[in-house]
Amino acid sequence: MRIFVPRDAAARALGADAVAAEIEAQARQRGVDVEIVRNGSRGMVWLEPLVEIDGAAGRLAFGPMDVADVAGLFEASENHPKALGPTDELDWMKRQTRLTFARCGVVDPLSLADYEAHGGLAGLRRAIGMTGAEIVEEVTESGLRGRGGAGFPTGIKWKTVAGADAPQKYIVCNADEGDSGTFADRMLMEGDPFTLIEGMAIAGLAVGATKGYVYLRSEYPDAIEVMSEAVRIARQERMLGGSVLGSAHAFDMEIRVGAGAYVCGEETSLLNSLEGKRGVVRAKPPLPALEGFLGRPTVVNNVISLASVPVILERGAAFYRDFGMGRSRGTIPLQIAGNVARGGLFEVAFGLSLAEIVDEIAGGTASGRPVKAVQVGGPLGAYFPRELFDTPFGYEDYAAQDGLIGHAGLVVFDDTVDMLSQARFAMEFCAIESCGKCTPCRIGAVRGVETVDRIARGDRPDEQIVLLKDLCETMKAGSLCALGGFTPYPVVSALTHFPQDFTPRPLAEAAE
Amino acid sequence: MVLQLSSQEIAERTSAVVEELAQLEGPLLPILHAVQQEFGFVPAGALPVIAEGLNLSRAEVHGVMSFYHDFREKPAGRHVVKVCRAEACQSMGGDAVAERMRERLGVDWHETTADGNVTLEPVFCLGLCACAPAAMVDERLVGRVDEARAVALLAEVGA
Repeated sequence: MRIFVPRDAAARALGADAVAAEIEAQARQRGVDVEIVRNGSRGMVWLEPLVEIDGAAGRLAFGPMDVADVAGLFEASENHPKALGPTDELDWMKRQTRLTFARCGVVDPLSLADYEAHGGLAGLRRAIGMTGAEIVEEVTESGLRGRGGAGFPTGIKWKTVAGADAPQKYIVCNADEGDSGTFADRMLMEGDPFTLIEGMAIAGLAVGATKGYVYLRSEYPDAIEVMSEAVRIARQERMLGGSVLGSAHAFDMEIRVGAGAYVCGEETSLLNSLEGKRGVVRAKPPLPALEGFLGRPTVVNNVISLASVPVILERGAAFYRDFGMGRSRGTIPLQIAGNVARGGLFEVAFGLSLAEIVDEIAGGTASGRPVKAVQVGGPLGAYFPRELFDTPFGYEDYAAQDGLIGHAGLVVFDDTVDMLSQARFAMEFCAIESCGKCTPCRIGAVRGVETVDRIARGDRPDEQIVLLKDLCETMKAGSLCALGGFTPYPVVSALTHFPQDFTPRPLAEAAE
Repeated sequence: MVLQLSSQEIAERTSAVVEELAQLEGPLLPILHAVQQEFGFVPAGALPVIAEGLNLSRAEVHGVMSFYHDFREKPAGRHVVKVCRAEACQSMGGDAVAERMRERLGVDWHETTADGNVTLEPVFCLGLCACAPAAMVDERLVGRVDEARAVALLAEVGA
């Protein structure tokens, strides 16, 4: 009997290790031969730990599992109180288009044979038979844009690096997924690490880079462990090294661990950090594509951008491009988080409305109270009120509403949230994490906190609101990177859509 | 505990780390991580050794070390409790959980209890946003931490 128990960090945080240990103990006690596979997560975090039994009828899901539920798996499991039926038949799974996450939660993350049996390496094999220019063309044609948030066309970036003349070029994967509400990078690295490695190898072939780095945040110890082991296996099996899959191409890579600085998710600070410097933002130009890591031409792409490349090479640009809408092509792994009944990762073509995502897929709030706001795109993303819930999920559509899709994380808040506090937090976070290079960000964020506090105290609130908006304009225009430049999004959206929360608080005043 | 390290011992062990990692491209962060792994913090006496090994000034090494939240100048408590302070956790009552932990331990962020048992640290996102609020007790991640669970977690580490 094969039993799958996720080793994903979220599953482990909800008790998956204890469940796996209990399955092992029960099997031994009952003399049943059980093989436990520690897979990635299927993305249904509200059902974690989600245990699957591989049977004649395919994989059957049970969840959320507790240690006490384990014994029942060995008895009449179809009548198990936690039985959910075939995993692939669950509504959450059936409604998705899993391209980037096709294997996540399905395969054993550290079995290259399993990876290949589920379509892995097909993209890399095809790429090996192509010229670099042809690979770049394929990725450009697919319409893939940076999934880290900036939305820059991946193929164009690759073309710049491919065209640069240098003795050494690099592929750097940005795995510094620091935005609250996002966990797609983590889930992929823990559940299907070879997809990322394959994507980086293809990028290397495309632009003529022989060395890659994954800059992985230290807050993700599980992802660090799985990725490091996957790189070791890939090297051992000649997927990486002097002759990639027996071809004339060389490509190797290393995992580098960040040190707890949010700003290092910005590509130029990341490069400085990778070089061993303070993670201070660099002015552009020069573009990292021309002068990146150690001054050499460098592709810097997000985990999900790179992990989407294998399927594009495997199935062709047209296949991928046919999903989505407008200039937002392909699929996007939505990360539904915060106060939701059903939270997790949901990969789907661009275009869903926020109402569909929040009300139908997520099933509303966990608290059962009405939804007040959804922050889309992390700490630098705008808060959306229900009036804007018809906005279709796409880069331009969110920009048109003074927001951004960012890394596609959505944090849902119920009606108990105080938007003034959220605006204050946005400024406070910026003040803590600012690299210090640009004055509007370094000093402005501190002044922002003070200004919001004065509004809360009722100290000339109308004047303070004008001042706060003016400060946001300055930060937006006067910061080199998105930290100072985008912190105004949550602040201004809170002010614009929830003005009632920015009136003085009589109770707090009376208490003083 | 590691408090009785002699400066010679710090220099020797740091030197070994530098020697092992100096040939990496961009070796400073891996070296600082390894030194912290070695001693539990980055001792002041390690900085000149690193600087010399990488041909940097001591100020540069200090500048890098102090830029990153992860590196400690002094040892942490026997246990480190990290509590997520970011938005997804806030939406599920994370502020109250954090406040409860602070109150229970009687320390502020980045501080260690007087008995040297627990260091309390804020963290901005553990990637457990769909099972918030989240915390990390030493190496163990915990999701859906409510106030009662927070108190129980602290009790488990003797606080």
